[in-house]
Amino acid sequence: MKVSIDADICQGQGRCFSIAPRIFTFDDLGNGVVIADGTLTDQGLELARLAQSNCPEHAIFIEE
Amino acid sequence: MTIKPPVDDFATDWDHTDPQWVADPYPIWDDLRQRCPVAHTERFGGGWFPATHEGVSAVAKDTVNFTSRMPIIVNGRPGEEALPSPIGVTPPISSDPPFHAIARRIMLPPLAPGPVNKMEPQVRALCRRLLDGLGDDAVVNGGLDYAQHIPAAVIQQLLGFPPEDEEVFSEIIHVVMEGVDQEVEERFEAFVPIEEYFVKQIEDHREHPRDDFTSYLLNAEIGGNKLQDEHIFGTMVLTLIAGIDTTWSAIGASLWHLATHPEDLARLVNEPDLMPVAVEEFLRFYAPVSMARLVKHDMEYLGCPMKEYDWILLGFPAANRDPAVFEDADRFIIDRAENRHVAFGLGIHRCAGSNLARMELRVAIEEFIARYPRFELADPLEVTWSKGTVRGPRNLPLRVLA
Repeated sequence: MKVSIDADICQGQGRCFSIAPRIFTFDDLGNGVVIADGTLTDQGLELARLAQSNCPEHAIFIEE
Repeated sequence: MTIKPPVDDFATDWDHTDPQWVADPYPIWDDLRQRCPVAHTERFGGGWFPATHEGVSAVAKDTVNFTSRMPIIVNGRPGEEALPSPIGVTPPISSDPPFHAIARRIMLPPLAPGPVNKMEPQVRALCRRLLDGLGDDAVVNGGLDYAQHIPAAVIQQLLGFPPEDEEVFSEIIHVVMEGVDQEVEERFEAFVPIEEYFVKQIEDHREHPRDDFTSYLLNAEIGGNKLQDEHIFGTMVLTLIAGIDTTWSAIGASLWHLATHPEDLARLVNEPDLMPVAVEEFLRFYAPVSMARLVKHDMEYLGCPMKEYDWILLGFPAANRDPAVFEDADRFIIDRAENRHVAFGLGIHRCAGSNLARMELRVAIEEFIARYPRFELADPLEVTWSKGTVRGPRNLPLRVLA
């Protein structure tokens, strides 16, 4: 299970790294970035899904 | 100021400055979503208002068919000469691709989460000072004596304007806020002293560089060249215009909500961990800001015969109430878990100050309810709401309860 952010879609709305700061962080422009390679635990998957369902730009993708 | 006739049907004659819209726009938008869903008007020189999330999203993300060169609706149809391209008057909000990305890349780093988080202790101290000033009065003004001053002081400090210029700065804000319903010429005239003050500040920063946004802009470069003075000036004006009454409105509307919904106030006081989620619901439910686009060329779009230079009012607050996207869209749910609200816009023009605004809103509410855990509207009839592009309560007398 892996999560990724499409950098072409992300506009730095800032929701993902507020909701799941262990999975996402931000770059110097404030755009969302996945920490490490985005591999998810079961608990991580739940949080990543929550972040996904709060991203106004639909920039978060989860491979299960 | 022109006296306008009242609106009879918002589907064919919408006006976001009409008293009915200003007082309570939500039933109007519900009605438009069911009937249109893109409303038309001949006012302002002609324009369109998509009332659905789908329509707002389509226009916000489409920089091929729409331009951002005039991001706020004014009275009258802008001609080519009013639309300097591609930079616009207040980059990057008034810029289109490809220049937009360059101007935005310059503006974003000082407003990214890292620098913004460092500002939190100062904002908290500011809120506490303002609350100390309200003292033990039975009625406090949550709008004019609290919400208003938080973003004003933050922006004054961000731009690095001298604290002793507070009065000058207040006057500037007043002029900018009053500009909403003025004719273009009036606006230009009112802006002359503001321009003079900003030019003076730019000069002063050039001679005495310091650690603030103005000095940052003076040091910024595009392709090895310093920014043009118009660009620096425009971005400073943008920071001023976009950074104050917007956040003021969000803080004020949140206080208004808590004053009228004691069950939500009690929950927030008792469950402080709810605050980040509650902030997003405040932003969804009371999104203060609508923006504008101009149609680039004659075309059929969203089923409407749009003409070159027609206005589009981008109603992010209306999109946030669309039941097609939000379950129980018209209910304020303080712990709403899924909330894809678009209070800060969508696409490449996402509010550059969103991290700052969100932090100010959270801290302002945290501090207010810590000081006053119970309060209500002193008199609902005394509450006034701003009109036009930014909607929020201005006069907000709150009765403090024991």
